[in-house]
Amino acid sequence: MLAKKKSKGENKAILNFSASVLAIIAGLLFGLLILLFSNPSQAFPGFLMILQGSFTDGAFGIGQMFYVATPIIMTGLSVGFAFKTGLFNIGASGQFTMGAFVAVYIGVKWTWLPDQIHWVVAILGAAIAGALWGFVPGILKAIANVNEVISSIMMNYIGMYLVNILIVKHVYDQVKNQSKPVAPTANLPKAGLDQFLGPNMTIGIFIAILFVVIIYILIDKTVFGYELKACGYNPFASKYAGINSKRNIVLSMVIAGALSGIGGALLYLAGSGKYIQVLDVIAPEGFKGIFVALLGLSNPIGVLFAGLFIAHITVGGYNLQLYSFVPEVIDIIISAIVYFGAFALLFKAIIRKLMTNSKKEGEQI
Amino acid sequence: MSILYFVVQQTMFFAIPLLIVALGGMFSERSGVVNIALEGIMVMGAFISIFFINTFQNTLSGQGLLLLAILIAGVSGGIFSLLHAFASINLKADQTISGTALNMFAPAVAIFMARMIQGVQQVQFTDTFHIVKVPVLGDIPVIGPMFFQNCYITTYLGVAIYILSNILINNTRFGLRLRACGEHPQAADSVGINVYKIRYAGVIISGVLAGIGGLIFVVPTSTNFNGSVAGYGFLALAVLIFGQWRTKGVLGAAFFFGIMKTLSSTYSGIPVLKDLPISNEVYKMIPYMATLIVLACVSKNSQAPKAEGIPYDKGSR
Repeated sequence: MLAKKKSKGENKAILNFSASVLAIIAGLLFGLLILLFSNPSQAFPGFLMILQGSFTDGAFGIGQMFYVATPIIMTGLSVGFAFKTGLFNIGASGQFTMGAFVAVYIGVKWTWLPDQIHWVVAILGAAIAGALWGFVPGILKAIANVNEVISSIMMNYIGMYLVNILIVKHVYDQVKNQSKPVAPTANLPKAGLDQFLGPNMTIGIFIAILFVVIIYILIDKTVFGYELKACGYNPFASKYAGINSKRNIVLSMVIAGALSGIGGALLYLAGSGKYIQVLDVIAPEGFKGIFVALLGLSNPIGVLFAGLFIAHITVGGYNLQLYSFVPEVIDIIISAIVYFGAFALLFKAIIRKLMTNSKKEGEQI
Repeated sequence: MSILYFVVQQTMFFAIPLLIVALGGMFSERSGVVNIALEGIMVMGAFISIFFINTFQNTLSGQGLLLLAILIAGVSGGIFSLLHAFASINLKADQTISGTALNMFAPAVAIFMARMIQGVQQVQFTDTFHIVKVPVLGDIPVIGPMFFQNCYITTYLGVAIYILSNILINNTRFGLRLRACGEHPQAADSVGINVYKIRYAGVIISGVLAGIGGLIFVVPTSTNFNGSVAGYGFLALAVLIFGQWRTKGVLGAAFFFGIMKTLSSTYSGIPVLKDLPISNEVYKMIPYMATLIVLACVSKNSQAPKAEGIPYDKGSR
């Protein structure tokens, strides 16, 4: 009986996983079609370039992939974690931006901190700022039943404009219309990794992996995680079972916000020459996080690999310019993958049919 | 007085596209389909129609070209929205997810196509649509300079769309059916209404209006299209909720947001506001904060369509 149950669970996991893989394949094929449509002679070498992605540039390419993957793994974790509680955290962008600003602010201003802990404090500050930005939609949802999707979108814009104001006021580089560079002690340690993995390589990716593990344990191995999931699956049943769903909604959004905020810190403290621009543009890392979470099925380990995959083809997109293609094709592919991910029910039905068919054939033999 | 005229004229440029797109969103949501793809649909409509203007502006010009472009923007928006309709109605997918995908898809396609076709991502166009003064009407004191000088025909189109939408959703058989599908699709189905068809209609109307909205947002405020409508689709979503999914509410909300947007871009030209220690970013923030506050106050008795966001499944009850 137990074995049967387990195999059923495994089947479900395989089903979900294959649906994701099918969505990826469909998205990539769609990208190939776009390439063929726009420039047939270069399409296949260009497509190979996308698949090769970061491996084209050897070890430096892999370092670049880690650099691109780090923030979107964090925002992906954030969105995925909120999904587990049945909340759609479309506000990862705002939380990310707030975190990025506080990290940069601490990095520029708090030079009185001891060198060794300067970057740690900056990351902590970013986590608190992100948590605050997640707290607002959370508490509004818990108290006033405000739809978290809409309030998160509002918080994205409020955060963006607020950060623009704060940068101009406190850490403004007027010539380049962006934030000032942080003190060297605020940058993430490179631990010698930059020697062979390229200049943008820091320990950031390991911090991200650390959080993947923490969130995995939190969701799957603790009572708190169990309660969160229960609220996500069936809020009424969990309320009946005595779970404080309001507290869980707020906590879930706070943790999700903190994760996104840390993502902002890890990107802007990487010492890669990237600064916060004073523009009226919502941080794209937040939206990428939604895609990472969807592709990774909200599972922390899945999020890790989804983030690496998206970073992989993004780096491939830069190289695509060698074949006179525009890197935006990568965004087209990613959004197509997510759109096809919406076909999950259809894909699952197909796979289930295939699986039962092959089983029947096996029985016949 | 001239400042007042200027502010009113500017407000029109911001409020009319918001009004049209939010009305579009209303048709979709009141049929029961959440449409956060408005932003992407706007980008798509704006891109294709402005590309059309860019191509034909040597042979055509003036209002004829603009009207053709509006037609094209509407058609392309409608077609693009079919992707959302298919995923959320036929495949019963999560409506926010397919909407998010379209929001990323549209600007990527717009930039990709523009750069592949013409090398740069900005699509330029010459503004031959500006009306300095409408004959006769423009000479009326006060009202003339406010509404019939320094304007575009899109303003009047917006007013027409508002009146038509109001009648369509509140006073026609189709409107009643559409609202029924958003409130209780099972009940609607039981009396012989095809829920899928009605929802398709709702999404397509929203696509057409959002496409048009994309074009008429870009035309008065810029001379090129850069693959973005500056978050107007999301702002329109806020307008829709601020207006509580009702035509009159949407009208009021669109003009409130339009005025705030105008203040943020023109406050340095207004003596009273210039002296206040408020930066233009604050004016930009106000619409979003106001929406949050209103949401917090009214969400307990929200007027949102009851079946919004839930895929209709004939088998379930």
